[in-house]
Formats: sequence, C-alpha cells, structure tokens
Amino acid sequence: MTPLLDITELAVRFGHVRALDGVSLQLAGGPSGLALVGESGSGKTTVGRAAIRLLKITSGQIRFEGTPVTALRGRALKEFRAAAQIVFQDPDNSLDPRLRVGASIREALLAHQVVPRRLAGQRAGELLAEVGLDGGFTSRYPHQLSGGQRQRVAIARALSVQPRLLVLDEPTSALDVNAQARILGLLGRLRAGRSLSYLLITHNLAIVPELCERTAVMYLGRVVESGPIGALLERPAHPYTQALRSAVPEIDAAGRRARITLSAEPPDATRLPAGCAFHPRCPFAAPRCTTETPLLRTVLPGTVLPGTVGTGRLVACHRAEEVLGNGPGAGAG
Amino acid sequence: MRLQVSELTVRFGTRQVAHIGDFSLGEAEIVGLAGESGSGKSMTTLAILGLAHTVGATVTGSIRLDGTELTSMSQRELRDVRGRRIAAIFQSPAMAFSPVFKVGSVVLRALRLHGMTRAEAAEAAARALRQVLLPTGLLDRYPAQLSGGQLQRVAIAIAIALRAEILLADEPTSALDVTVQAEVLDVLRDLRDRQGMSVLFISHDLAVVAELCDRVAIMHDGRIVEQGPATQVLSAPRHSYTAGLLAAVPSIRDSAHR
Repeated sequence: MTPLLDITELAVRFGHVRALDGVSLQLAGGPSGLALVGESGSGKTTVGRAAIRLLKITSGQIRFEGTPVTALRGRALKEFRAAAQIVFQDPDNSLDPRLRVGASIREALLAHQVVPRRLAGQRAGELLAEVGLDGGFTSRYPHQLSGGQRQRVAIARALSVQPRLLVLDEPTSALDVNAQARILGLLGRLRAGRSLSYLLITHNLAIVPELCERTAVMYLGRVVESGPIGALLERPAHPYTQALRSAVPEIDAAGRRARITLSAEPPDATRLPAGCAFHPRCPFAAPRCTTETPLLRTVLPGTVLPGTVGTGRLVACHRAEEVLGNGPGAGAG
Repeated sequence: MRLQVSELTVRFGTRQVAHIGDFSLGEAEIVGLAGESGSGKSMTTLAILGLAHTVGATVTGSIRLDGTELTSMSQRELRDVRGRRIAAIFQSPAMAFSPVFKVGSVVLRALRLHGMTRAEAAEAAARALRQVLLPTGLLDRYPAQLSGGQLQRVAIAIAIALRAEILLADEPTSALDVTVQAEVLDVLRDLRDRQGMSVLFISHDLAVVAELCDRVAIMHDGRIVEQGPATQVLSAPRHSYTAGLLAAVPSIRDSAHR
C-alpha cells in the first residue's frame, strides 16, 4: 500500500542553519493521523511546510500518493495544492480581514473550480454548516468572530477544495480550553467523516490522542522517536521524550511524573553539538553519544511501514534499552 | 493577609467588566486566578497594579497591601509600590525589554529607578540571576539573543532583586515550551519557599494551576465563581462552570489508557 505522504531523508537548510536532517516519515491514507511534537526550533513546522511544498527542500524526497511533490508542475501542481491543505495556529493571519466569511470561502471554491460560480454561495453555506456555523456567518467579517469561530472558518476554507491531507499547525494553541475542546471534537468528526489524513504539528502532547494514532518526537531537526501515542507516553524510549512527558502539567496528581530536569538550554541550531544533538542535556549521555550520531532503529517490535497506524517503536538513542528499563516512565500505569 | 481585595469593581463607562467580592493573597502563597479570555482576570490584575485607568477603566472598592489602602494613593505613591513592592511579569517577556538596549542595562535601570546605587544594583542583579539559574553573562546580550524562557527568568530576577513582596504573573508561561515552562514554575515555587514571596498567578491553563498553586479562584463573566485550595477546587469542583472547564482540559493520561 502506498502511503499518502512519504517523506524520506528530508534535509532543509536555511543558510548555515540545518533546520532538518535525515527526516523520514510516512502518513497513511485517511482516516489517519501523525503528530509531530517537540520544542520551538525542533523543525516540526518546517516538516509541515515542506510536506505541502511551501518551502524549498535541500535534499531528500517527499512523495504524495507516490509522486514526488518537487516534480509537480502546472495542472498536477494545482491539483496537489487542493489535495494538501494547511490550517494555521492563528486564523487572524490566514483569513483576509477585508473579506466576509462567505466571500473568503467562495474565493477558494472558484480558484480551484470546485463548483460553478452560481453554486458557490450555496456550497460556502454548506461548508460553514459542516463546521458548525449557521448561515448568518456568511455575511460576517473575521473580526466579528471569536477565535474558535475564526478557526472554524479557516477549517471550512481548507475543506472547500476537498483535500485528502490536512496539515494542522498548532490548530488550537491560540484558543481557550473550551474552544479548544470543541475544535478538537470537530476535527475528530471531520477526520472520520471525510476520511482525512492529518499531519498535526503541536507542542501540546495532550491534544494528540484525539486526532493521531502515531507520533514523531523531533529534536533539533531530527526525529528522535516515533510510535503509537499511548505507548510512547507511557514508556518513552528516548530520554528527550521522557523529559518532555515529565514536563507536561497534569490536573490529576496521579498523572504527574517525577520531573526530569534538562541540564542546559537547547543548543544553538547554528552550532549543533557533535554526535547525538541531545547529549549536552541528556541524563543518560555516555562517551559514545558525544561522537556517534544515533540512527533511528526499532526497539519495540510491531509494524511500522507503511503508514501511521503501525505499532512499532523507532528511536534514535544509543542507550534506549536502559531508558526503557530505568526511566520514570517504566512500570507506570 | 498580604493583599486583600474587597468589593472591587472595574467598569468601562457604565459597563461592569469585573467584580471581586473578596479575594486575598497571603505571605509565601501562590494563588491562581483562572478563567477564559474575557473573564476579567487581566482587568483585575491591572486594577491591583493601579493601571486600570490607562486602558480607560474606572475602579471602585478596596485593595489593601499589608493593610495600606492602594486605591486612595496618588499615582506618585503608587509608582513606588508598583515595581518595587508589587512586581509584574507578563505573557510576552520580550515586551518588557527594549530591543535596542542590552538586557543588563534594562535590569540595572529598573533597580536604580527604585533607589539603588550603581554598585548595589549590579550586585543585586548578579545575585538574583543566580537564583533564577541564569549565567550573569546574559546581561551583556541583547533581548533578541535570549530565549523566551531566559527573558522571563530575567524579568523574575528583577522582582527578586527589588525584594518585591508580591509578584503578579499574568500568563507568564503561556508562550513557552513545556520543558521551559516547567523550569519557570520551579523558579516561582523556589521564590515562595525560600523568599516568602506571594505570587498571583493568572492563567487559563488549569493543569498548570493545579501543579503550581496553593489556592485558586475561578473567574467567569467578571466574577469569582469558586475559590479554595487548588487540589480541592480542581478535583471536586462545586460550581458547574469549573466542572465544565475541567472536563474540557485534554489529558495525556486518557491516551495512555486507551
């Protein structure tokens, strides 16, 4: 089975900064979801933008339904632009403030000739209804809406061109908790109803389970661990995943983990440490980690390829076996 | 009680945006003020700082700091209270630092404005930076050369150096990564435990409030709908609004047991 999105050995450089290096990820056809998590500067947003050809890649391959996206031209490129859509964190910047909501959606429908002009208004109304906004919203301007309502409009606009892949870049980070819960519920229903594949970019591990089966943890431009979200959080195999998990605040004291304090600030991306980029902050670091870059390898067996629904665990750490054996995540639950 | 707020009303013209019947902050205590956007938590903070008039609001009622009424003070008197006795940090620490001055010059200027000599300020700044686990070398850098978490810790260091009694922290970790957030929360706990500082922690994130705060007040539509010990309010809420808010918080525990 060909994955919907197949990224192999992707590297992106911005001048001297190595933003991504050796990133390989697969996302199955819908309904499916892959989450990219990590701190600011980890490269997760760069992966999302590269995946839909919003930036130029340095090397590697990105295939969408088997076709390299960098080779797309003309009509095929236009079709790809419709098939792969993105929803940004801040709908204030993705919606034209001068266009009424209905016009904003009609614009997308007509640009991609999804429906004849005379039917565009009606379709815009249907799309708004699908995201839970009634007909009255078509004549409103973005500034007259709440943050959650604006994000619904951005989702409706993305859906208008019938995408198969939706890159969700921190889709709820700017929202209050109630609005976040409603948007997550909506995205979950749309994923099933429209058979969508999600590439979810988030710093918030807690929202991942609602939308994605599989998660890739990124650190300084590389994938350091990937696996099913539940198992990954319960029993991390990479010390960075472990530290990230332990830093997530929990209402219920029983969900909290003993904090693992990382010893230093994240290093400067322009001067990456030799060996494993995480070693200066890693409680498990050994001499080998300072010279030899660990490659992704399977530590917990299961299916990994193709697609996202695999159960296997990949980790890029020389000492993953010890992490699995000793960490605060071990034996929990 | 170090800070005692009673029958505080904030209005824009005739429209009331917040009314706090009774709220207090004790010594060496971290109290959360939690609620959604528009619930009035930030307006309450501005009122406590004596800055509500700067956004066009009027304030009535009582705010007492160690028994002294703040609402009847002149702006000149308030200026001495604000910054020195009541310090504040905000969501975006970058806004507190002019981009064209080195971090050290902003810090020293703040300390000297509140009466320290140059030598006293330099020494207090170095000590405070150590307390928030930052190297003093950061003072020679520009704000853009520091991460958000580092800048937020410098802002906290200013409050420490001035020996502020109360720290108003308005969403201080909302823009930070979870690992950096955890470090800033550690610094706040340390201030409470070692320095007896009182922290008013304003946040929309109930999970952070649960981890950090001793007590919590939940705000909705400009009013406190429920307050009490954080563990109690967040594990057995009495008000339906609190219960609804709690139910909306996603938890990674759910996933682990799926």
